[in-house]
Parts: sequence; structure tokens; C-alpha cells
Amino acid sequence: MSQTDVDRPDSDPGAGHDSQEVSVSEALLVEPSRLSPTRRALTTVLRSRELSIFLVLVAVVVLATSKNESFLFSADGWRNFLLNPSILLLLAVGQGVVIITRNVDLSVGSVMALTAYLTGRLFLEQPGLPVVVVLVACLLVGALLGLVNGALVAYGGVPALVITLGTLYIYRGIMLTWAGSDRINAGDLPREFLQLGTRTVMTIPVLTIIAFVVLAVVGYYLHTARGGRELYAIGSDPDAAVLYGLPVRRRILAAFVLSGALAGLAGALYTARYGTVSSNVGLGIELQAVAAAVIGGIAIFGGSGTVWGAAIGAFLLVTINRALPSLGIEDFWQRAVVGALILGAIVLDRVLAVRQARRLAESRDHS
Amino acid sequence: MAATAAPVLELRDVSKSFGPVVALRSGSLRVDAGSIHALIGENGAGKSTLVKVVAGVHRRDAGVFELGGEPVDFSSTAESKQSGVAVIYQEPTLFPDLSVTENIFMGRQLLARGRRIDRPAMYAEAERLFSRLGVRIDPRRPAEGLSIADQQIIEIAKAISLDARLLVMDEPTAALSGVEVERLFAVARSLRDEGRALVFISHRFDEVFALADTVTVMRDGSYIDTRRIDETSPSELVSLMVGRDVDDLFPKTPAQIGAPVLQVRGLNRTGVFHDVDLEVRAGEIVGLAGLVGAGRSEVARAVFGVDPYDSGSVSIDGKDVRSHDPRAAIRAGMAFIPEDRRKQGLVIDSSVTRNVAGVIRRSIAKAGLLTASMENRAAGPWAGRLEVKTSALDMNAATMSGGNQQKVVIAKWLATDPKLLIIDEPTRGIDIGTKAEVHRLLSELAGQGLAILMISSELPEVLGMADRVLVLCEGRITAELDRADATPEAVMHAATTHLETAR
Repeated sequence: MSQTDVDRPDSDPGAGHDSQEVSVSEALLVEPSRLSPTRRALTTVLRSRELSIFLVLVAVVVLATSKNESFLFSADGWRNFLLNPSILLLLAVGQGVVIITRNVDLSVGSVMALTAYLTGRLFLEQPGLPVVVVLVACLLVGALLGLVNGALVAYGGVPALVITLGTLYIYRGIMLTWAGSDRINAGDLPREFLQLGTRTVMTIPVLTIIAFVVLAVVGYYLHTARGGRELYAIGSDPDAAVLYGLPVRRRILAAFVLSGALAGLAGALYTARYGTVSSNVGLGIELQAVAAAVIGGIAIFGGSGTVWGAAIGAFLLVTINRALPSLGIEDFWQRAVVGALILGAIVLDRVLAVRQARRLAESRDHS
Repeated sequence: MAATAAPVLELRDVSKSFGPVVALRSGSLRVDAGSIHALIGENGAGKSTLVKVVAGVHRRDAGVFELGGEPVDFSSTAESKQSGVAVIYQEPTLFPDLSVTENIFMGRQLLARGRRIDRPAMYAEAERLFSRLGVRIDPRRPAEGLSIADQQIIEIAKAISLDARLLVMDEPTAALSGVEVERLFAVARSLRDEGRALVFISHRFDEVFALADTVTVMRDGSYIDTRRIDETSPSELVSLMVGRDVDDLFPKTPAQIGAPVLQVRGLNRTGVFHDVDLEVRAGEIVGLAGLVGAGRSEVARAVFGVDPYDSGSVSIDGKDVRSHDPRAAIRAGMAFIPEDRRKQGLVIDSSVTRNVAGVIRRSIAKAGLLTASMENRAAGPWAGRLEVKTSALDMNAATMSGGNQQKVVIAKWLATDPKLLIIDEPTRGIDIGTKAEVHRLLSELAGQGLAILMISSELPEVLGMADRVLVLCEGRITAELDRADATPEAVMHAATTHLETAR
């Protein structure tokens, strides 16, 4: 049987296989879609979770604006609409990347608190420090704290939920011990730094621009870089990722470092934005970041979703919280609405997944 | 090809143990360039372990491992890929959320300027690979929902695109139809003619003789012999593989066959199985055979109520059993021993006693309370009867050998006094000596009037143990064979029949 019959792939070496099976096995396979590239792109966008969540956001804004025009069409309203979600957006982007790898980072609120206080301390002790140096310092400290998380998760083999729950308390504890009863007030901070939190370029706040640039870079990386795609692969099936020979540990480590660094940056921006830092900065914000990511379509078991979705999710969460009071809805119901959104998002995911699985199964049967 | 040059792959006396279990005692394999080398042996002979050592999944404990004459020592699959080794595993390993194309190129995507992933180029390359394989798959669709055969095609496309000098295929044809197998063989031959080395693991002798030029036989984790394919015969290979009498291995004693216990009528689940009718009588062992992914375990899980089914009925002793309700199934007298006993069959970190008493805790508890002494009293006799070799009943199940774990699972269920025992892969991962004990036990139980539905991928086990063999292919029963008619050829033929030809 060593003759070459490469050119005749249909040749039967006498193994006794039926040749009439051709049609069957071809039908079993899933044919390429015949849609044109533009139509394919259009259906992808129309079916995307990002679009539906964006439409919800639009609906909320339209509703709130129709009740009270200044919600969007006033200098303050427009600025708040963009500025308020910016810090959460940074955290949600980092959180999104971590969740895509089938992990979670609950320590971001504490990291943010630490670097927010660090910012104040730096300016208290070195009043002449350039703003950029402070931002970079916060970014690095955050990355270092993220590195601790990532190393424990990637090399310790302990679930991220447990590790980052632990570091949530440890980092917060460090901040509380360090700060004692101190508070950072606006008076302690240079004016130049505080302006960072309020300055706008063509009506768009600088903070928002920073957040969008980060979002664009991370979103681009996830979509078009090998490393980004590997993050999805790791979250989709960690065991398969090992068999593929992907650098699983290094990627997970990098995801946590990114999440930590963005939380560190968010801490500095928080100080710039609000001017005061007390001990409860960022308390519970990690859960908002997780919520934003999940609402935005990042599957909690990893492997799918985009940071664009997480960003829209962050906008939606913050905007709803601002809109509901102006619509005359009580505080209790405001929280309930956020809860309903999260549950709705997860139920929707589940329903769509089940329906998709059924459709694929049926298409196999009928082929 | 150059036969005097160093072989592409050379393994000598390679061994690998997992804790107390010796998976590979002394594996040797020498594969030349431009050759297709078949590796055969029974399940548990150590073939897959050998492959995983070559792939860098496992690190060998001892022995020589050379690639192209250079000694190598892989500690990860990335290293083996780097050295030009591609492996297609028995079970496809794909990322369900990602597109088919991304699955093929993951980790080594084609790049455009600025290290951007070049998606159009990747789609084009994927299309090219698919047309070389003679299949039509949308390169943009997600891997989720692909049939096992399609997934296997993706694996093969992946391996081809890797441009490897050594391609190892661990039972790549197990879930493929005849035409798909032929396509694969054509590709394998063209790769061989390019001077690459291929290792091909298969249970099907017709394929081994059709494709390979050399064959190495393994048994019980050790190298047995290597033959040129034109100097050997299937019967010689069988005797090398088995090395002992089949009758010794499967001590099946004839049992009195009584009234039907389990009756399954027209069981359907969309996309999984269709119109499954089956019957198991008291004292009878019915073997459920079929290829990986044929739906055997799924049928068993549906019968026991773990998974739902869309239509049909399941009855025990003529009484219908509620669907999707394992507790109703247990009350009706069913017992189910799943494939993965460590995860689904045992509370692995509990004692033998706890495990045995677990299912019957209701009947032995007094006023809803359960004491250790009650558990011991209930569990003792069962463990003793099955000769579970543990020094004490409070021994942790995790530390026991596979065979003893299986006995504990069986003991656990026997304590519920079942009428029907469904057992999925009864001897998977159990060493050869203990296998016979499990088989003897099953045979004894049938002799006592228990109805047994046994799922097994090991053909000799099915043929040796079952009174009757049902064969599943793509979710349909394609053959029902009596013990006398059940030959390996008949079963394999039914397992690979396509439903169109069966109609």
C-alpha cells in the first residue's frame, strides 16, 4: 500500500467503505455562509450584545431627557453624562479582560483606594511633583498589586475569586493602616492636578478622553493581537489552551497586571475628580465593575464578549443611577433596577445559548 | 526515504507513572521519515500515554527520547510544537467560543503589518486547508456545536497547517465515516510522500493495513514488537496485542435470563439520539457499543433521568419512570455508575463508609439523623462482599486504586438493592489485573438476577461480557446482536454504518 495516490483522494484501498456515503458525509459538514462580507458584518453587528445594550442606554437617556431636558442638554448634564462613568469604565475594561480569561478580580476597589491615597500623599510630601509622574507612579503601584494577584492565581492554582477576595481585604487594610485618620482634601492638592478632573477639550472631559483611549487600545489589542486572542482561548477552555501550548500562566498574569494598573490609574483620577480621599473610596466598586462587564455581554465563564460591551455597561449603570432619581424613582428601586439588569443579562445569555445549541443540534439532524 | 539517516522519532524504554499507577512501563518506538507507523494495542496498553510524552503533555520518568537524533525533553506542548511535532488527540480539544479559523491558528496566527492578526489571510488559508481535506466548513462559524467528526477535521487541519515533521494521530478515525477516513488517508499519504513521519494509532486493522508501512504493538504499558506491515497478518497482530486467552479475561458465567426489567421505547432527544428502543432482562448483561460520540452515555444518562429526553418512555418492571428525575429512577430500582467515577461516582474525599452509606442514608437514618456507627453497620457487609481492599472502612476514597474505587461505587449502589444496574465504561483506567475482578463481579451479579446495561468502548469487553450487544451509531441503534453473532467485524460495521445506508 505504499504507492502514491495523492492525486486520487477518492481511491479506495480496499478497506470496504461504501462510496455512496459521499453525499451523507458532505451534508454533515457545515457549509460556508453565502452572505456577502458587508451583509455578514451587518448581521454580526445587529445580533451583537453591544448594540442591544447600547439601545437600552439610548432609551434611558431619551426617557430621562424627555422628563428633564437638562439631563443631557446642559453644560453640566452633558459633562456628568461623560465624566461620571469614566472611572468605572477604566475598572470595567480591566475587569472585562480578567473575566474573559475565566477569572475575576475583586481587589480593584481596594487597589483604587490605595493609589487614590498615594496620590494625595505624594503631593503632600513633594508639592512640586509633575502630574505625569504621579499618574505613572499610581499605574505602576496598581500593576504591582495586580502582579501579586496574578502570580497567586496563575502559579498558586487557587481560584481567582478566593485570591482576590483575600487581597481585597489586605489592600484595603494596608490603605487604612497607612492613612490612619488622615484625609486628603482638595486643599492639599495642586490646582494643576485638580484641573485634570474638570478640564474639557471641546466639551469632552479629559478624564473621559483618557478612559476612551485606554478602552480603544485594549479593545484593539483583544481583537487584533495574538495575545488578545489567546486570552479568549484561555477563557474558552483552559485545558485545551494548555494542549495548544499557549503561555496560559503568562497571559493570566498579564490580565491581572492590566486590571491592577487600570485600577491604579483610576485611583489617581478619582483624586483628581473629587479632590477628597477618605477611607471608603471605591468601597464596593469592584462589584459594579463586574456588573458592567456582565451586562455588557462578557460571559462570566470567560471566552466571549468585548471590552466595548463592558464600557457601554459601565455607562448604562452610572447613567441609570443618575436618571432614576430624576424620574422620581425611590432609592430602593434604583438598586433593584440594577439587579434586574444583571439578572436579565444573564438570563438572556442563557436563553440565547440554549436556543443556539438547539438550533445547531437540529441543523445536524436535518442535514 | 533515507533509511540510514537518524529516525525522526526514537523512544527507548520510556516509562511514566502517575502516583502508584504505572501508565507506561517500557515504551519504545522508532519512526523513520517518509513512513506511516501504526501503533496498536488494547485500551490501557499505554499508547495514549506514550503520545502525551511525545507531545510534551507528560514528562517521562525515564528512558531515551530523541527527535531527529537529538535528545529532547519537552516540558510543555509549546516546546514540542516548536520542534515540529503535531499531535491529534483522541478527544478533540477546541475552543468552543472561537471561530473555526481561530481554532486552527491559535497561538501562531498569520500576522499583517504591525503584528496585527491578518483575518482575511487566515480565512483564505482555512478555506485552502478545508478544500485540501475535501470538506466544506464555514471558516467563520464558532467551533461550538460542531459534530465530533467535524471537530476532528478541524484538529487535522490544525496539524497540517503546523507543517510538522512528525504528526501523531491518536485514533483520528474513531468518529469518522468511511469517506472522511479516506480523505484523511489521502492527506496522510501525501504528507508521508513529502518526507514527514506519521504515527497512527487505531483499533481498526483494516485501516492499519491500508495505511501504515510499519506497525508497533504495545501491551500492558510495554513495547512488544515492531513488524513491517507486508510481513505480518492481522491474526499475528491480535495474538501479539492480547498475549493471553480472551476467555480468561472475561469470566462470563451463563445466567438464568428472566422477565424484562428495563424497557425503553422510542426515546428521542433532538441532536443527540433518536428512536432508541431497548430492553434488558433480569440476569442479562446487555452491552451498548458504538464509537466515541455515538450517544451511548447520553442514552444511559437519559434513561436514569440525569438528562431530559424529548419523547419516548422508560419503564422498570412495566411501570413508567418519570423522566428527568434520578431520584424516581433510584426508587424504581435503577442504579447508575457513570464513566467518570472520580467526579460523578464517588464523593472522592470521603471515606468508603460515607460513600457506601450515601445513597441509602434515608433508609438507615433514625429520625433524620445519621451516626457513624449506623453508617458502619450498613456499609460493612457490602464492602466485605465485594472484597474492597482497604485497610479500614474510613480510608479516603481518593487514595484508592481505580479498581477499588469502582468496587466502592458498585457497593454503594448494591446497597440500594437495585433491579437494574447501568454501568458506563466499567473498567476504564483500571489496571489489567483488577479488570478481571470487576468483570467477575458483574457476571456474578447477573447470575443473581440483576439486569445489567453495560456501556463500553472496549470491544473485547463487550463481546466477552454481554449476552446481547446493541450498537449505536450517531444516536440510533443500528444493530442488535446475540452473543453468538457478535463478532468484532459485525459490531464495528454497525458502529460505522451511516444512517442513510441503514435505512
